[in-house]
Amino acid sequence: MAKMMYRDAIRGTIFQEMQRDPRVVVLGEDVVGGMGTAGGPEAIGGIWSTSTGFYEAFGPDRVIDTPISESAIMGAAGGLALAGKRPVAEIMFADFIGVCMDQLWNQIAKFRYMFGGKSVCPAVIRMPCGAGYNAAAQHSQMISQFVTSMPGLKVVMPATPADACGLLRQAIRDDDPVVFLEHKFLYAMTGEVPDDPDFVIPFGHARLARAGEDVTIVASGMMVGYAETAADDLAQDGVGCDVIDLRTTSPLDEEAILDSVEVTGRLVIVDEAPPRCSLATDIAALVANKAFASLKAPIEMVTAPHTPVPFARELEGAYLPSPAKVAAAVRKTLAYR
Amino acid sequence: MGEEAGMQLNREALTRAYRQMKLIREFEERLHEEIQTGEIAGFTHLYCGQEAVAVGVCEHLSERDKIVSTHRGHGHCLAKGCDVTGMMKEIWGSQEGLCNGKGGSMHIADIDKGMLGANGIVGAGAPIAVGAALSNKIDGPDENGKLAVSIAFSGDGACNQGTTFEAMNLAVVTKAPAIFVFENNHYSEHTGDAYAVGTAQDIASRAEAFGMKVWRADGTDFFSVYDTFGEVLEFVRTPGNGPAAVEFDTERFFGHFEGDPQRYRGEGELDRLRATRDCLRKFREKVTGAKLLTDADLDAVDTDALGTIEQAVADSRAAARPQPENVLENVYISY
Repeated sequence: MAKMMYRDAIRGTIFQEMQRDPRVVVLGEDVVGGMGTAGGPEAIGGIWSTSTGFYEAFGPDRVIDTPISESAIMGAAGGLALAGKRPVAEIMFADFIGVCMDQLWNQIAKFRYMFGGKSVCPAVIRMPCGAGYNAAAQHSQMISQFVTSMPGLKVVMPATPADACGLLRQAIRDDDPVVFLEHKFLYAMTGEVPDDPDFVIPFGHARLARAGEDVTIVASGMMVGYAETAADDLAQDGVGCDVIDLRTTSPLDEEAILDSVEVTGRLVIVDEAPPRCSLATDIAALVANKAFASLKAPIEMVTAPHTPVPFARELEGAYLPSPAKVAAAVRKTLAYR
Repeated sequence: MGEEAGMQLNREALTRAYRQMKLIREFEERLHEEIQTGEIAGFTHLYCGQEAVAVGVCEHLSERDKIVSTHRGHGHCLAKGCDVTGMMKEIWGSQEGLCNGKGGSMHIADIDKGMLGANGIVGAGAPIAVGAALSNKIDGPDENGKLAVSIAFSGDGACNQGTTFEAMNLAVVTKAPAIFVFENNHYSEHTGDAYAVGTAQDIASRAEAFGMKVWRADGTDFFSVYDTFGEVLEFVRTPGNGPAAVEFDTERFFGHFEGDPQRYRGEGELDRLRATRDCLRKFREKVTGAKLLTDADLDAVDTDALGTIEQAVADSRAAARPQPENVLENVYISY
């Protein structure tokens, strides 16, 4: 085990996979940085410091610094993957999905199905996402609801440095296209990461982050930490919560959710996205449909409101879920008789 | 005329090129008839009239070379070596089709043949082709020092999509061995290029503005396409040169889609195009005039191509249909 930041777990995992497999290539805006400038290559090394040193180690053919052209990045990732490579593409901010949706949704996600199962498209699309930096409406969004709804994509939302490592390695080695939703606000989070160069976390298996028998809290990405904090606070008052970290939203570990709700009978879903047609509503529908008899109280959802992400600190704070909001939702569901 | 490199092809190569063009022609003419009976589902966009482009380009290629096609993709697929019966079965929606009936006319692909897919989204293919070209660049030159190439077929419609511009710039910046083949058939769906391609010049001039070397040729003349594309290919296969573009002036003999009433056509336009801009007719005139092949040689190919299509249709009618449970297959490799 080694203690490291979430961003370094991501950088290190890609680096190791590039060493291990010559088919792994990186592309995106400023993933090298400084190209065509007096400062020269690596003047930036990726704005999230997730590709520092790659260019020097692997050269321009495998570390492809692109112009600001998200459609071309996404499409090129698809073409590289169809041609036998394993691209790891970075869309600098997940919000930019708007300018490359076709290449993700109509192309990469659908190749295998449209072509009758006769193609493989092992592309990883890294999309730094989420709020917390006062980056306002176009640089702060959670997009899990869009990509999770798309058949053909796998969607990963790591909540810890260890998960960032194990899930990203699985993503790179997986033969299906994977959208990797790393949370910008977690980049500086530190944690123990296994040293094993083959450490992978299989998709579709949730992690039980806290165990308790009174309420089930389902969360993903940055929301997992909020749920853990809430659960720890509630434990002081003798309330026990299962905190289920989904890890991947597609495939979804339905069994982990349903098994927990069968015991607790009470469910709180925490989701950073707005409330309509989201992961939260999806899981609520799942539980209402498949564990209705177990429920002792209405399902509570702690989500962002149906608004764009605001700028001002006070407003963004009001927009985001929080440990206090999660704890309040838990108390509300416990109070239901 | 005898100066053209294509005219130096041997009898076998000339016969093969003609057969490929004729096969595409008969494939499309037959679909045009069959679709009117309602037996074939969905949207179909026929390549009739443009055969010399697909064949003049693909006759130069090997399976290492990749192509990405368009919604009007049957010609590119056949020219790149996709199985004619597998394609027909796919268009019929059969489980035995090239894509198990999951794709249909607009999504035919055969990765092993280097055919990375027709595409239902106009302009979507160019970035994918650049990705495949970046892969070729990583693989490096072969024992003869030549790179495999990737080709984006685009029309005068796709040339107005931002994706095409992004792809051209990315290819130039990364020196990817990509070739942008623009087939200007003068209609983007139901709108003329005189209106929609908002330039006093042409499509190739746009590629030129991105810093690419460009070529232009008559897309209704196989020899013009073949010779021109040979030059393009020689340039792009050379490591370090990066991408190039070529615009072929061609014609679409049918509508945008089957069922299109084509009210935008001029009086007698289609008859005139068939009489003066038919690549098969031109090919026959050239090779018989130069005494490279005889009318009898070509007539034999015609008969053979017709028989192949007849058999493909019969096989498609008899082929297994997909079952409802097949809908769930092939979304992922692992679940």
